[in-house]
Amino acid sequence: MSGAEVELETDRCVASGQCVVAAGQVFDQDDDGIAVLLAERPAPEHLDDVREAVAVCPAAAIRLLER
Amino acid sequence: MADTLTGPLPQDPDPVPDFPMPRAARCPFDPPPGLKELQERGPLAKVRLWDGSRPWLVTRHADQRALLGDHRVSADTDSPGYPSKAAGDGGDTKFGFIMLDDPEHARLRRMVTAPFAIRRVEALRPVVQDIVDGLVDDMLAGPGPVDLVEAFALPVPSLVICELLGVPYDDHAFFQDNTRTMVHRDATPEQRGRATREIAEYLGGLIGRRLADPRDDLLSGIAGRVRAGEIDHRTATETALLLLLAGHETTANMIALGTLALFHHPDQLALLRDTEDPALVVSAVEELLRYLSITHLGRRRAVTADIEIGGRLIKAGEGVIMANEIANRDPEVFPDPDRLDLTRDARRHVAFGFGVHQCLGQPLARMELQVVYATLYRRIPTLRPAVPLDEIRFKEDAFIYGVHSLPVTW
Ligand code: SF4
Repeated sequence: MSGAEVELETDRCVASGQCVVAAGQVFDQDDDGIAVLLAERPAPEHLDDVREAVAVCPAAAIRLLER
Repeated sequence: MADTLTGPLPQDPDPVPDFPMPRAARCPFDPPPGLKELQERGPLAKVRLWDGSRPWLVTRHADQRALLGDHRVSADTDSPGYPSKAAGDGGDTKFGFIMLDDPEHARLRRMVTAPFAIRRVEALRPVVQDIVDGLVDDMLAGPGPVDLVEAFALPVPSLVICELLGVPYDDHAFFQDNTRTMVHRDATPEQRGRATREIAEYLGGLIGRRLADPRDDLLSGIAGRVRAGEIDHRTATETALLLLLAGHETTANMIALGTLALFHHPDQLALLRDTEDPALVVSAVEELLRYLSITHLGRRRAVTADIEIGGRLIKAGEGVIMANEIANRDPEVFPDPDRLDLTRDARRHVAFGFGVHQCLGQPLARMELQVVYATLYRRIPTLRPAVPLDEIRFKEDAFIYGVHSLPVTW
């Protein structure tokens, strides 16, 4: 656990799956390819991957709130 | 270009470079030198298109991503100021959702996203591996040299997209000829129109048959949406056409052009040939996508409200072109950008575009390329070009960059 929190706006998601490739421990996709959040508060060792997911998500659907 | 600014051209009071620009003859893998100059000069420049219109060209990675992610920027070819690629571009066939804006774009796109989810794509990996191995077997069983495009680069994605859509591969000569015409920049509007109509009719017929007799394929899924009243038959056909076209003309060019680029970087080719590490294959594919950026006519949009970007004001009704090949060489994001380095982290490239229109098929394309690059050079370690570089004809004349043919031997 870490203080950082992930927000996913599924309304914006365009099902590119890039978040799953970047951080498979934190994101998955439903049957239609829309992203699903597996861990709202990811383990510290996954934070870099989440940051990459934020950077590559084409739809700006992911936010990482770090405190 | 610099000489058009300083040269004696008094008759042209407002010199604006033409777009697209020619590549340097000796660097067929690098973006046109004129693009590099524009990028060094500033984030935005006006360019002149074939029809005399003057949209903005956006050269920097950050600005391209910002604009492609901005809802005040329209992908609709009918929007005022949209920079058209060629005569007849946009025409009466709208290539499904890629030429529409949200919410209609999102509604239609979501109908076909399911097969491109990572897990579904991974489940196809063994099928793709079999296809690739079978084509390599055929090549090795016959005499060399062969044209890698015909024998390998085109059949791989063609077989895969046919399998996924449920289109009989036996008809491949028919739709490969037509897709080639559709993406040829010099095709007349009539030629492009005829090719488009012929495949549309063919796919419309297949969808009709799947309506009556559904199977486990994407065409049946699309037909199901028609039955449910969510889309009409025409939209269904355009969606299928988009997937078939995109499935052919992109991955095939990445395979052939990527192989040629690797021939010219033997140390990098050796890395791929000798590796046991799937992570290296993954990063190699991203780097080749970045380095080659085959969608060389840029992502085109029309701006629907004034937007300030890179210190300039783009006005509503003006066109913008995001030349992804130059954004993918932006030194701010990719140090030493002109070097092909399969070990670098190239994941933030914009070869698939950005924003809500980013390539839907990218997970499939990535997986196909990973299988190809991990298999081809390892199974044919002596693979090499059969003609010198200056005999290769590059597709400067097509919407997607690549080579017309690539004779290889082993
Ligand atoms: S990267 Fe963004 S758009 Fe793509 S699946 Fe994940 S959340 Fe959706």
